[in-house]
Amino acid sequence: MAEKLLVNPIDCEGHGACAELLPEAITMDEWGFPIVDPRPLPPGLERNARAAVSACPTLALRLLRS
Amino acid sequence: MTAVTEDATGAATELPRLLPPPENKSAHDLPAHAERHGRLPYRDRPGVLIGDVEAAGLTGRGGAAFPAHRKLKAVLEASDKRRRTPAVIANGAESEPASDKDATLLWLSPHLVLDGLQLAAEAVGADTAILYTHVNRGHDVGARLREALRAREAAGLDRVPVQLATAPARFLSGQETALINHLSGGPAIPTFMPPRITERGLNGVPTLVQNAETLAHLALIARRGPRWFRGVGTDAEPGSMLATVRRADGQPKISEVPLGLPLRDLIGTASPDGAVLIGGYHGTWLTGSEARGLTLDNRSLAQAQARVGAGIVITLPPDRCGLVETASVVRYLALESAGQCGPCLNGLPRIAAALAEIAGGRARPQAVADVQRWSGLVNGRGACHHPDGTVRFVRSALRVFAAEVDRHRKGRCSATVTRPFLPVPRDPARNEKDWT
Repeated sequence: MAEKLLVNPIDCEGHGACAELLPEAITMDEWGFPIVDPRPLPPGLERNARAAVSACPTLALRLLRS
Repeated sequence: MTAVTEDATGAATELPRLLPPPENKSAHDLPAHAERHGRLPYRDRPGVLIGDVEAAGLTGRGGAAFPAHRKLKAVLEASDKRRRTPAVIANGAESEPASDKDATLLWLSPHLVLDGLQLAAEAVGADTAILYTHVNRGHDVGARLREALRAREAAGLDRVPVQLATAPARFLSGQETALINHLSGGPAIPTFMPPRITERGLNGVPTLVQNAETLAHLALIARRGPRWFRGVGTDAEPGSMLATVRRADGQPKISEVPLGLPLRDLIGTASPDGAVLIGGYHGTWLTGSEARGLTLDNRSLAQAQARVGAGIVITLPPDRCGLVETASVVRYLALESAGQCGPCLNGLPRIAAALAEIAGGRARPQAVADVQRWSGLVNGRGACHHPDGTVRFVRSALRVFAAEVDRHRKGRCSATVTRPFLPVPRDPARNEKDWT
């Protein structure tokens, strides 16, 4: 089943760990906040996506079944 | 009884429906209300009224135009599924400084809104009903509502007791999740969905939030039926709505108009190369000639990427500068950001500052490109739609006032009057406490 990323913009403080671990789907804007690709995650990235979710210091990133 | 005009199919076409007739503006009390609209038609069990609301095609009049019956159904279903008794909230906290329609409705027809609140509470089986309003700038709406509630209590009208609650004087305090947050004991700032309010809202119970005007329409649909409601408006967007219209004198005029009304009937003598703002400070600037070809409904306005919103229609006087007005409003909107989401917190002040540069005629060459880029960066990235609405307003200004941007680059400005036209609260509150 395809999954997609969702960031809670209130909880997010722009630590940037997610963009380091998953540059294929997350880039940083010019203020250091993540721009998350809203499309379903391409196959093969699930492991890195889970790592990015776990690495978020404010638990702002979630992986949802799309 | 007020005389009702009927068209060939027997549907009523007379306006106003919600506001008292112009010749009798003082008739806001319960006897006058009962004489005009008849008794409060309870259905005596949940769910019954929802079919009529669906057949009427009533949509939310707070700005989003969401079908009213879908919210009612969602709350009823969530209540059944989760075995929790729902709450109903009438949202009269129109925070938009340019709008005055909900305050006017609550002042002139408080009992219609309170009728709608009771009927909506019954339709979803709620045991809690709250009317949420601002402390009004002009009239003491709170005093009038307390008086109305006393009269209803004496008459034994209300089956669910109504609590009055006050919204902090902030732009976002009427936003749905901010309202729930505030009434559940927190600050009046937006929260991140999911879950939906219809499932977990006030103190975690399924909650119906409807704009005050939407409830007033619902109270009339309950009395007169869906066909009557559809007697005005378009097939796709039936009924009437309250519009706040501002022309050159700057004074707001509240009109009850049918959906689908030609905009030229509202914008007066706006010149084709003038500008018209539709939908307020989260709305869209149009050129006068665009506006003249459109009607006041979302199907028509979509052609110009505009929306009805909460029914604000403002004609910019030819002696004012649209860029100066836009910069002033965007500064206010940036200050009114709750500051919770990175893109909004960082982007809106930068957009506001660049617009102030452009309006002031000393802009860096890349200022317009910066505004466009930052607009793209904040759009869709907040917990609420504050950044999206602000960007819609900004982008439409850069399009409609493109010639004025060029003039400002050369150090000129077409305004001959510098006094601000669009209303902006003078000292937007800024510290944390102002949200509570």
